[in-house]
Amino acid sequence: MDKEEGMAVKDSAESYVTDDGRTIGGVLMDIRSITLRFGGVTAINDISFDIREGEIRAIIGPNGAGKSSMLNVISGFYVPQEGEVWFRGALRPPMKPYQVARQGIARTFQNIALFEGMSVLDNVMTGRLNHMNSSMWSQALWLGRAEAEEHENRERVERVIDFLEIQHIRKTPVGRLPYGLKKRVELARALSAEPELLLLDEPMAGMNVEEKEDMSRFILEVNDEFGTTIALIEHDMGVVMDLSDRVVVMDYGRKIGDGTPHDVRNNQEVIDAYLGVSHD
Amino acid sequence: MPDQVLFAMEAAINGLMAGVLYALVALGFVLIFKSSGIFNYAQGVFALFAALTLVGIMEGQVPFQHLINAIFGTELHGFGWETPAILAVVLTVGVMVVLAIAVERLILRHLVNQPDIILFMATIGLAYFMEGFGDLMWGADIKKLDVGLPQGGSFWIEENTAWLGGDGFYGFFIDRLDIVATIAAAILVIGLTAFSQFTKQGRALRAVADDHQAALSVGISLRFIWVLVWSIAGIVALVAGIMWGSKSGVQFSLSLIALKALPVLMLGGFTSIPGAIVGGLIIGMGEKLFEFLIGAPFLGGATENWFAYVLALLFLVFRPQGLFGDKIIERV
Repeated sequence: MDKEEGMAVKDSAESYVTDDGRTIGGVLMDIRSITLRFGGVTAINDISFDIREGEIRAIIGPNGAGKSSMLNVISGFYVPQEGEVWFRGALRPPMKPYQVARQGIARTFQNIALFEGMSVLDNVMTGRLNHMNSSMWSQALWLGRAEAEEHENRERVERVIDFLEIQHIRKTPVGRLPYGLKKRVELARALSAEPELLLLDEPMAGMNVEEKEDMSRFILEVNDEFGTTIALIEHDMGVVMDLSDRVVVMDYGRKIGDGTPHDVRNNQEVIDAYLGVSHD
Repeated sequence: MPDQVLFAMEAAINGLMAGVLYALVALGFVLIFKSSGIFNYAQGVFALFAALTLVGIMEGQVPFQHLINAIFGTELHGFGWETPAILAVVLTVGVMVVLAIAVERLILRHLVNQPDIILFMATIGLAYFMEGFGDLMWGADIKKLDVGLPQGGSFWIEENTAWLGGDGFYGFFIDRLDIVATIAAAILVIGLTAFSQFTKQGRALRAVADDHQAALSVGISLRFIWVLVWSIAGIVALVAGIMWGSKSGVQFSLSLIALKALPVLMLGGFTSIPGAIVGGLIIGMGEKLFEFLIGAPFLGGATENWFAYVLALLFLVFRPQGLFGDKIIERV
């Protein structure tokens, strides 16, 4: 990103290059003082943080810390009572989830939300819906423009499928797949939308060690190869520390830490939250 | 050929034609079920309402005339003009689209992510409401529907098949209306299949049927898809309403033909558009042949009333997903 564009974004420090040679740009998404309540329960209490272009940003915290709620606010499934979400340097008006998706924010779910009755290929193709512009008639009748468009979309989809190593199951109905593969298909669907920001809700939940390693590798490669900015929620401290550039730590709806994995690991409050110091 | 064989053939052909009409109603069910997981109990009433509206517009009736007359003491009945059939059909399509929008706004929007049974109950309510609403809007009398479709037996077919039998055989009797219905059904099926397989709206529609949340997360607007689906189902209902209405008059028992669509769906599978057609044909032909060959000679007749349901029960036992339905996948 050039300097001028970087200046337009609030607070953006200069872009920098990480140890492993990736470039982290200016602020892509800025979360400002978000508060979310369900009746009397405050799920998120005045939380602010930013996500910079090209980085892998983790949100961690013990059970019930409000991590998933945070992700749901970003993706439009929850509407916070207070606070603002800034995306690409502009304040985002209240939006429906599908409108957020059309802005270039894709996500996966903690308990997998795939189209079980459809094949893997069809599932991944749904990620392309917002990249199809030809009319319904020309698509149904397979006229010139629609055909070219379909080829283009298929190309991208095939690339994603190749990339995530799910070629062998492309025609299989998703309902028949084992859990680990479903998680991968969900990632493929999100990725095929060419998102600017990819939100992963516990991408490694319920996986064995080998599957976790695979998934970590895929997340790193997605970030590296497609340059996708990634925000992920994870339980497993070890995984997160290896994966992410910066980490937000939540506990009981509050932010208790924010920084590099190294900073966070040495933060006393974070250590307390994870080791279970009693709250009075 | 012996006459018995020829009569059996005629019964089979007429059964196929009746099957097309069943299939037309079943098609509306499949469309909504496939795309929103809702079994729309009101589909039969939709066909009735569409036919009522079409007749009302064609005859230039004042909608809600009884209500208006009762409240204001007026003597309104008709506008005094007649609308050409084509224009009336276009206007009725418009009414069905408005109806789809109303259904989305007033019912579906409030039931996102609810269990299917809740949505099913809602459509039962909708069915009874629509029946009363249709009555209020256009009156309860039996109406004649004539949009200019050919009616009566086809002489051409009779003349050209007469040579098959002996002196007592005058050729097959096939109602020309049935032939029109068959052509209409074929066009609908081809069109709808192309729509659901090849267009992005079709893919979005299948996605919505599977998972609301996931559909939202890939940028599909549930509202738009629902309005679209219910509009298409309304148009299919209109086609079914025109065919049934032309055949047996527009009357409130029309909504009961929806019941015949149930065994058709169990046979063909609730999620398959071709299944609806094949199921309809099998039931139509099956009940006519069964009546002709076994029912009338050995069982005292009137088997047509229950044959379809027995067949459906057999299918439920041995192949619950129907002939073409989605495979039932269960991981343990």
